[in-house]
Amino acid sequence: MVIVGAGEAGTAAAVALRECGWRGPVILIGNEVMLPYERPPLSKAILVEEMNPGPKLLVTPERLAELAIDYLQGRNVEWIDRAAHTVTLSDGAQLAYERLLLTTGARPRKLSVPVAPESRIATLRTYADALAIRQIIRRGCEVVVIGGGFIGLEVAASAVSRGASVTVVEAGPRLLTRAVPAPVAELIRAKHERAGVRIESGAMVEGIDAHEGRSKVVLADGRTHLADLVLVGIGVVPNVELAQAAGLAVDNGIALDETLTTSDPHVFAAGDCCSFPHRLYGARMRLEAWRNAWQQGAAAAANMLGANRPYENVPWFWSDQYDETLQIAGLCREENVPVARNLGAKGHLFFYLAADGRLVAACAFGSLGAIAKEIRLAEIMIVRGLAPKAEALANPAVNIKSLLI
Amino acid sequence: MAACALDALESEETLRFDHEGRTFVITRSPEGDYFAIDGHCSHEKVHLADGVVDGYIIECPKHFGTFDYRTGESQAPPACIDLRSYEVKVEGNTVFIKI
Ligand SMILES: Cc1cc2nc3c(=O)[nH]c(=O)nc-3n(C[C@H](O)[C@H](O)[C@H](O)COP(=O)(O)OP(=O)(O)OC[C@H]3O[C@@H](n4cnc5c(N)ncnc54)[C@H](O)[C@@H]3O)c2cc1C
Ligand code: FES
Repeated sequence: MVIVGAGEAGTAAAVALRECGWRGPVILIGNEVMLPYERPPLSKAILVEEMNPGPKLLVTPERLAELAIDYLQGRNVEWIDRAAHTVTLSDGAQLAYERLLLTTGARPRKLSVPVAPESRIATLRTYADALAIRQIIRRGCEVVVIGGGFIGLEVAASAVSRGASVTVVEAGPRLLTRAVPAPVAELIRAKHERAGVRIESGAMVEGIDAHEGRSKVVLADGRTHLADLVLVGIGVVPNVELAQAAGLAVDNGIALDETLTTSDPHVFAAGDCCSFPHRLYGARMRLEAWRNAWQQGAAAAANMLGANRPYENVPWFWSDQYDETLQIAGLCREENVPVARNLGAKGHLFFYLAADGRLVAACAFGSLGAIAKEIRLAEIMIVRGLAPKAEALANPAVNIKSLLI
Repeated sequence: MAACALDALESEETLRFDHEGRTFVITRSPEGDYFAIDGHCSHEKVHLADGVVDGYIIECPKHFGTFDYRTGESQAPPACIDLRSYEVKVEGNTVFIKI
């Protein structure tokens, strides 16, 4: 069993292979020169903690040894030969596989406008990226975040809390257009503005110049922003090139069937790099979310060993913004009817019902304690295909747990 | 230490209990028995009293690490360190925990 990419999905898969009882070799290959670590803290704790923030490891060396997982770090997989069942590494080594799992993740999308080579622009995906950003943000420095998505907003929150002056430049009409319904995005915007972050929506970036050791962000309307750090957070691109070169089908990610198998029955994929059809939503999707990565990695591992189980977990996402948390279970579309439930001062919760009355998503923003249980129970309702009454969901006197039957 | 009244919880419900700077989560099982373990998840400092209980399992509200609330044993990642459990006694109408 060979796994390419030692992020969240690949590491979860390696462990799951052992938990499923596989006794043969498990080889986990990663091109980063460190033990596998969690990415979510990179935009949160690692930017704000006072003292040397270490990476949060996914697995200790002892655990890897105990599970007899062969972890090859700092090695890139360059080539897959599907006919010969081998992969070739950057150091020329060739490894044979019986089953192959691709968990190559995604990389930050690059700006498509001209960028002066001396300008200080950064993206955030790796621990090294986070340390570099951490070096720059401090009291009094100017940060411009391009892109009002999750990573940009989390960095904005971390940077203002360290005393930086922060401007978020978003091309779209509002923040978080892709993933979050408008009323919740509005709450998040208000929270940032209260914290002192300037938010400019509908602002197109035309280019980035260098100016006396700093960067100058030039907007289409002629305005400019000087910055010590420009963080580009305009989404990610799935790492599909390796799969593509091997002739595997690609469709907004490495294309899988519902059992997470690629167009080659010996090759599987999981995590940010893949797209898969979801029975509950009747659509192909690619998720960029932490929980999906590890659950899908573990599910793919079981299927590599022949379990042949469709992956039907409900998409779930969280983001921390200051002292509050956003959680989303399921996927909501424009046409879904929102039902608001009053949680008092501690949070806001919206349920989304499909035309046939089924609950398809729930989205909440507030203190973790106020929202987490509700979102978890909503997720269970979504899995079971329940169609709770809108009046009951909206009524804070009705215990959500009582709607589970 | 007196923690709560016997009828404070229904089964599969939780209660946060704080004492001298420490925090605990008290859970009632489907049979109606009371159990107590450390309040904070072993993955990050998140209170388990906000988590969902299913059978004998309590689930962390943040990343869904799970624990057996009878023993404190971790059941599912990302929480992989066990929590401490504390002896619970019911006397009359009061639930006591031994800290
Ligand atoms: C800053 C940040 C904050 C985040 N916050 C949240 C959050 O709050 N909530 C949430 O739900 N999600 C969050 N995410 C998303 C979450 O971290 C990702 O969805 C998850 O890491 C995806 O896991 P993965 O294993 O698919 O990919 P990755 O974690 O990207 O792992 C892929 C690994 O494969 C390596 N690799 C690629 N190609 C090769 C090759 N050819 N050979 C060898 N190695 C290779 C890569 O270098 C990488 O190490 C965040 C992400 C980032 C970057
Ligand atoms: S904080 Fe409990 S699982 Fe992460």
